[in-house]
Amino acid sequence: MAGQRLLMKGTEAIAEAAIRAGCHHFFGYPITPQTEIPEYMSVRLPPLGGTYLQAESEVAAINMLYGAGGAGVRVMTSSSSPGVALMSEGFSYLVGAEVPAVIVNIMRGGPGLGNIAPAQGDYLEMTRGFGHGDMHAIVLAPSTVQEAVDVMGLAFDLADEYRNPVVVIGDGLLGQMMEPVSFPDTEPKVFDKPWATTGKAKSRPRNITNSLYLDADQLEAHVRDLDVKFQRMDVEQRAECWMTDDHPEIVIVAYGTMARIAKTAIRQLRAKGLSVGLYRPITAWPFPSRALEPLVEPTRAFLTVEMSLGQLVQDIRAQVGRRRPVSFYGRAGGVVPTVEEIISQVELLHASLAAA
Amino acid sequence: MAGTDVVMAGFGGQGLMAIGKILAKAAMDEGLQVTWLPSYGPEMRGGTANCVVVIDDQPIGSPVVRQAHAAIVMNKQSIDKFEPTLVDHGLLVINTSLIDRRAERGDLRTVYVAANEVAESEGSGKAANMVMLGAYVGATGIVSPKAVEYAIAKTFEEKPKAAESSVRAFRRGYAAAQGQPS
Repeated sequence: MAGQRLLMKGTEAIAEAAIRAGCHHFFGYPITPQTEIPEYMSVRLPPLGGTYLQAESEVAAINMLYGAGGAGVRVMTSSSSPGVALMSEGFSYLVGAEVPAVIVNIMRGGPGLGNIAPAQGDYLEMTRGFGHGDMHAIVLAPSTVQEAVDVMGLAFDLADEYRNPVVVIGDGLLGQMMEPVSFPDTEPKVFDKPWATTGKAKSRPRNITNSLYLDADQLEAHVRDLDVKFQRMDVEQRAECWMTDDHPEIVIVAYGTMARIAKTAIRQLRAKGLSVGLYRPITAWPFPSRALEPLVEPTRAFLTVEMSLGQLVQDIRAQVGRRRPVSFYGRAGGVVPTVEEIISQVELLHASLAAA
Repeated sequence: MAGTDVVMAGFGGQGLMAIGKILAKAAMDEGLQVTWLPSYGPEMRGGTANCVVVIDDQPIGSPVVRQAHAAIVMNKQSIDKFEPTLVDHGLLVINTSLIDRRAERGDLRTVYVAANEVAESEGSGKAANMVMLGAYVGATGIVSPKAVEYAIAKTFEEKPKAAESSVRAFRRGYAAAQGQPS
């Protein structure tokens, strides 16, 4: 199957990519629009000798990840916005106890129960640590089904490398659409895990998976150690700059599905003679500031487009500051901005720049 | 090629999702870029179901289409819903077995085909969706009939009889469209 093009749903491709990355243990609870991930795992994992378990709740599922990850195996869960929110406490335990795991969030319309339509309203929740205490986690935001496949292997590697959970975010469109994909023909990386609780010989002390430090000085020392690790993660910044080599007048900022819709708009705008490019974060955290910085001076104005009422734009404004105007266009509640809407926003912005 | 897209709509159970996947696979096998997106809203049993297939020779941006270039409509609700949304001079493939009206817009290209009757005459009423797919492919030439027939065979790999009747139904729809769109 390696190298061959297959037509797959985003959710199923994510599940298959995880299995090929060596993840044979899945715990979760169904919720639209990502239920095909657990469904796929329930078929594939038992014959591999792995574990598929539908937990009684999301709270239980994330704690099962804590146990399995603590035992040193590659483990994941997937859910959608309200279900992911329930995992926040356990996620923080994973960070505190330095347990690797992968959590996929196929975002839907919120707040509350919201709806099952595609949305990007969890950006701030996911990128600000997604849990109590001083904490962070790498957040990967693929834009196509192929890229979702590609980042799954990366997610497991980063989780093991940093001993920290990794989040993959998509939206309902990425989860539900089918696209041609091919899977990498590589064996999963194997990490040495001397800390794992796998049973011990008398010759070494016990391994303990724990996030409880009752002594304040001890906990502070632990949090400072973790913080050093979070700062090290900065080298994992990833972004795509598309059609920016000719220093376009306007740079659209978008991630995930929104970015691919923006690309269609940019092609059409360029055909009309407008000078437009794209900056697309692939790591939502760490925010890819190093790729954005060289764009700031040559660009006259930025336009951030989101399936939310303005979350990523906060990171863009924080970095661009007053150097360049950063405008915003977003739709919420499961409504997806169209190519036509983006084009009209860029044309308005272009007209205002011409008048200035 | 210029990119194109088609919405396929009808009752749940008429096999619209299936022909969308078959078209998508045929396009992929011909080396094209393709996306397939189902409507996944909370639909009632017996309610409408639709999917959108986008085909291009360059990477596809939006898998969501508000104004499609073509629509395959298999019941009355679907023609009422999607006819007004098509682009100017778009293509409308109409199942006359279940739709008793003509297209209302004068600018559209239309193909009329009695998909249910044609499929039944080929031995499987279930293959009405394949007749509709044939009519669409015949009217557009977007992919080769050979690629579609291969995709059908792959889809029904374990049901050779269903594959045969589906291919026959597809060919009848394809033939019906030849010379018909105006």
